[in-house]
Amino acid sequence: MTALWDYLRDNHAEIQSWAVTTLWLSLLPLLAGLALALPAGWLAARHAWTRDTLLALSGALYTIPSLVLFLVLPELLGTRILSAVNVGVALTIYVFALLVRTITDALTAVPSELLAAATAIGHSNLQRLWAVQLPVATPVIAAGLRVAAVSNVSLISVASIIGVSQLGQLFTLGESTETLTPIVLGLIFFVVLAFLYDGAILALTRVLTPWRKAARP
Amino acid sequence: MIRFNSVTKRYADGGVAVDSLDLVIDSGEITVLVGPSGCGKTTTLRMINRMVEPTSGHILLDGRDVTQIKPTELRRGIGYVIQQAGLFPNYTVLDNIATVPRLLGKTRRAARRQALELLGKVGLDPALAGRYPAQLSGGQQQRVGVARAIAADPPVLLMDEPFSAVDPVVRQQLQRDLLQLQADLHKTIVFVTHDIDEAITLGDRIAVMRNGGRLAQLAAPAELLSRPADTFVAGFVGRDRGYRALGFASAGHLPLHDEAVLRIGEPRGAARDRGQDGWVLVVQDALPLGWLRTTALDDAADDPVTPEMLNLGGTLADESGTLREALDAALSAPSGRGVVVHEDGTFAGTVTASEVLARIESRAAHLREQATR
Ligand SMILES: Nc1ncnc2c1ncn2[C@@H]1O[C@H](COP(=O)(O)OP(=O)(O)OP(=O)(O)O)[C@@H](O)[C@H]1O
Ligand SMILES: [Mg+2]
Repeated sequence: MTALWDYLRDNHAEIQSWAVTTLWLSLLPLLAGLALALPAGWLAARHAWTRDTLLALSGALYTIPSLVLFLVLPELLGTRILSAVNVGVALTIYVFALLVRTITDALTAVPSELLAAATAIGHSNLQRLWAVQLPVATPVIAAGLRVAAVSNVSLISVASIIGVSQLGQLFTLGESTETLTPIVLGLIFFVVLAFLYDGAILALTRVLTPWRKAARP
Repeated sequence: MIRFNSVTKRYADGGVAVDSLDLVIDSGEITVLVGPSGCGKTTTLRMINRMVEPTSGHILLDGRDVTQIKPTELRRGIGYVIQQAGLFPNYTVLDNIATVPRLLGKTRRAARRQALELLGKVGLDPALAGRYPAQLSGGQQQRVGVARAIAADPPVLLMDEPFSAVDPVVRQQLQRDLLQLQADLHKTIVFVTHDIDEAITLGDRIAVMRNGGRLAQLAAPAELLSRPADTFVAGFVGRDRGYRALGFASAGHLPLHDEAVLRIGEPRGAARDRGQDGWVLVVQDALPLGWLRTTALDDAADDPVTPEMLNLGGTLADESGTLREALDAALSAPSGRGVVVHEDGTFAGTVTASEVLARIESRAAHLREQATR
């Protein structure tokens, strides 16, 4: 335990800057992936052919090994191989791929009678999406988002292999110097981060869907 | 007025749901579409607000072809209630009701204030305003559904089996309240049901449909019961239609008998003196309560008559009610003497089944005579 504290104190400045990068790398791709997946999921939920196309695409994206993506993206984006942008884009792609399916399923699962009622009293398609379909689908989307957030955090640690400076460095460092302390410290950081995301999304969902609490006996 | 001009709907898979339907729905009336499952009632209803577009033919709303009106605009001017109410689970009761006024551009404040007024109108406690639909009973949900449909005061109301998911007692209450609301609002209501009894209770006119969305008969309830157009309608209307038709025949001035009544709290001894054929009618403030069997009284002659001692089996017939009510009162009374009440519920007199039957006989004879003339 004291070894952890000592290590933390000695490498304080470096770990802090890694932590900031890690936070950005975990948060921005999550938000960007969600922002892209929402319209895609909506489109997929509307027609059979868009559904098939988009789900096939997102499935294909998800099967690309992360390491390959980290290595190929610099070529495609024209960035340097060590740039954090590569990791950010790669993570966004994974979040997107994961969420498109969830959002499509969540939107399709809204009872058709409910949608018919919304249409029947005069909602346009967009009003209906905003007022009824999206709110009712929120709990399922949020569940998918929790999975994406956690998988996102664990993927960041992999990114350290290609040398982007973030908390994943603790693992490569520990391995190269054959010391356990940084590895344990890194583990703690990532587990805490995963829990933070999980808890935050859960809390936000509760706030956004007060009616679900009311529905429970 | 809603007019269907040879309207046909053929779905993409080739099935004809509605086949060259001609139908006129009068303003300010309740027109009930009734028929077996799959006969095209919902399709017919949904063509009015363009949820379903006809394959051919025209639907005119007050002379205007509905296809000339923008769907969202058309629908905001037509109330719609579906089975299970179709309430938005994520909105409170108040916001559910306020939906259409909001869509029409009212401020949230104004829409909510209006919604609050409507709660009382559909028989809901204003305390329910902040609840979510999941916290309401089925009957309450249906009332919210009705309130939402009339919130923007549309002249036309479409109702697709709105009461079929609630139990019979609640359904009867909802039907009664709808009729009361309609007496107030005079909407043009198109009401879909597969329950002929509900159709007869609610309809000013009833359109009986047969499979393939064809109109079998359009008539007022009494006419439907007494003169079904063909064997299909006759079968659908049911076997006891002769009896049910009495529900539309005024009893007129029945020969009422006076009755020596007993007030609640009077000594039991008095019952034996006033009883007739072993039964005496017990009242409270002139309102009939029930019948007391005089032969079964024990010896405590000075003890008062209490409500627990009464037989409550008899129904009450209204003085200005129907022959069916009067006959039912007579048949259900343990004394064989049906209790008839004034409009304010006070005791008017009694009538026997044979007297009501005599009235029914003479009415039937009169109708036969008219028919042969
Ligand atoms: N979207 C659709 N696509 C294809 N066929 C349909 C569609 N909707 C309804 N139908 C068919 O059209 C016919 C009429 O359906 P409709 O829903 O109007 O009947 P209904 O009288 O309302 O029946 P119910 O009493 O069961 O509600 C049925 O045979 C039904 O299978
Ligand atoms: Mg139907």
